[in-house]
Amino acid sequence: MTTYIVRRLLQMIPLMLGITVVLFGVIQAAPGGPEAALLESDRFIDPAVIEAYRARLGVDQPVPVQYARWLGAAVRGDLGVSFSTTRPVTEMIVERLPATLELMGASFLMAAVLAFLLGVFSAVRQYSAFDHVGTGLSFLGIAMPVFWFALILQLVFGVWLGWLPVAGTATIGASSLGDHLLHLILPASVLSLRYVAGWSRYLRSSMLEILRADFVRTARAKGLSEGVVVWGHALRNAMIPVVSVMALNLAGLFSGAVITETIFAWPGIGRMFVQAMFSRDYPLLMGILLLGSSMVVVFNLLADIVYGLLDPRIRYD
Amino acid sequence: MGSLVWRRLRRHRLATASVGIVLGVSLLCLAAPFIAPYDFDQIDLGSIRQPPSMEHWFGTDDLGRDLFTRLLYGGRVSILIGLMAAVIGTGFGALVGALAGFYGGRVDGFLMRFTDVVYSIPTLPLLIVLASYTQAGAASMAVAVGVLSWMAIARVVRGEVLKIREMEYVEAARSLGASNARIIGRHVLPNAVGPIVVGATLAVGNAIILESSLSFLGLGVQPPTPTWGNMLMDAQATMSTQPWLSIFPGLAILVVVLCVNFLGDGLQDALDPRAEAR
Repeated sequence: MTTYIVRRLLQMIPLMLGITVVLFGVIQAAPGGPEAALLESDRFIDPAVIEAYRARLGVDQPVPVQYARWLGAAVRGDLGVSFSTTRPVTEMIVERLPATLELMGASFLMAAVLAFLLGVFSAVRQYSAFDHVGTGLSFLGIAMPVFWFALILQLVFGVWLGWLPVAGTATIGASSLGDHLLHLILPASVLSLRYVAGWSRYLRSSMLEILRADFVRTARAKGLSEGVVVWGHALRNAMIPVVSVMALNLAGLFSGAVITETIFAWPGIGRMFVQAMFSRDYPLLMGILLLGSSMVVVFNLLADIVYGLLDPRIRYD
Repeated sequence: MGSLVWRRLRRHRLATASVGIVLGVSLLCLAAPFIAPYDFDQIDLGSIRQPPSMEHWFGTDDLGRDLFTRLLYGGRVSILIGLMAAVIGTGFGALVGALAGFYGGRVDGFLMRFTDVVYSIPTLPLLIVLASYTQAGAASMAVAVGVLSWMAIARVVRGEVLKIREMEYVEAARSLGASNARIIGRHVLPNAVGPIVVGATLAVGNAIILESSLSFLGLGVQPPTPTWGNMLMDAQATMSTQPWLSIFPGLAILVVVLCVNFLGDGLQDALDPRAEAR
């Protein structure tokens, strides 16, 4: 296992290099370059000022030189300076990261609990009304445009019923932990929707297969209660493939956070990304994309490791 | 083979119904200039913000434009973007997968590492950056979505091709002197058609959702051309006072994507030769 992990870690190096090349290329392709943002605010800037600005940012150098410089700084944790705030990108990201991680964590937890309940009960009562409704809801959840679902939740629970706050992280002047958690409910529900749908389907089919296995029959024959058989014996085995899918999807939560944070004015990385896009803040965009890609790469490795740990039949050598 | 697949698909009742619904909606949208009761940009200040009624089935917006008409016209663009993006993404993905699987070795290593790289970059954020570069028209939107939705299909097709290239009929074609291009085009890809068709179907729904997400951020197709996505974006501020403006475009997206996904599911079962004949 250790050799496997070391080998995977080594393989991550060329992968991450490839990612930085693609990302750097995409950012390079930006029309107008970084001075476009400057020119947008003032069309009649002295060309000498623009030259000086380009030289200061280093964009007057050939592209490979720029990339080498960027990479050299990046491996030391320096992702450059934001065009719009002139603050270090790393600092801005670190500042916003906790809010995003909190939202991702809450959504993950919510999705996991709901998906397990839905998946197990629909498998145990296959073809029952509960199973059919669950299947229907999962298909709906996957086909639902996320922000439309968010707008409907805001309308129903925020405007009509008045139960939940629809934006921000706390009520001004009345912030408390409970208040904060109330603010978390709607965005976390929206972000978890697709994963509840996907994971519960996956767990259902995995459970159906396991429930037919011989060891489940043995457990029943021993006289164990149905609860112990389902939740102890069957689920423990059925969840192995699901858990690795869940680890893979952790990174997808990051993509989803872009839309969810924007709708609910959640002050995380996703919202900052959208703002950076509008102000053409390329170093910041690059930094956030790099963070997101690193998450994908790390969670992929995590998924494989977890799979190996949970399933003794899988051998990595 | 086509009729066999169709027979098996017919047994999947949800998928059959879905084909009907998607075709119905698409035809209605295509026929918009003939059947729409109004012009999509016909401003009528005498009847603004009307709730659904007999004259305006789905109500009107802030400028008195008929929502039903705009939905029909919006569907043309949204569905077209979905189809184009799926064709671009699936075509490119199938090509990459076929080349990698067929040639193996270094070609395979390079193409698959490249696939890994693009797969590792979060799609929506990267798409947002790409979309912010382009003139937001339907064609550039379809290209932007398409170039970011080929990775899964490339991997699947590669796996199929690895199996197919060992088949005797490929050997036979080669011994008859067929070129590699001919073998890939005539023998390998047609036999990997199952996963390609399923992938393409699911890609259509995915692309429609992505277009609407971009529109929500103001990066989609720009007004006055209506799309389901930008209609939803326009309506979000008035969700509580004129809910019909957001409910109908959202429902349109939901229904079409749902049906496309059911169809993809049905096709998967129908095209799987190992599936038991039920």
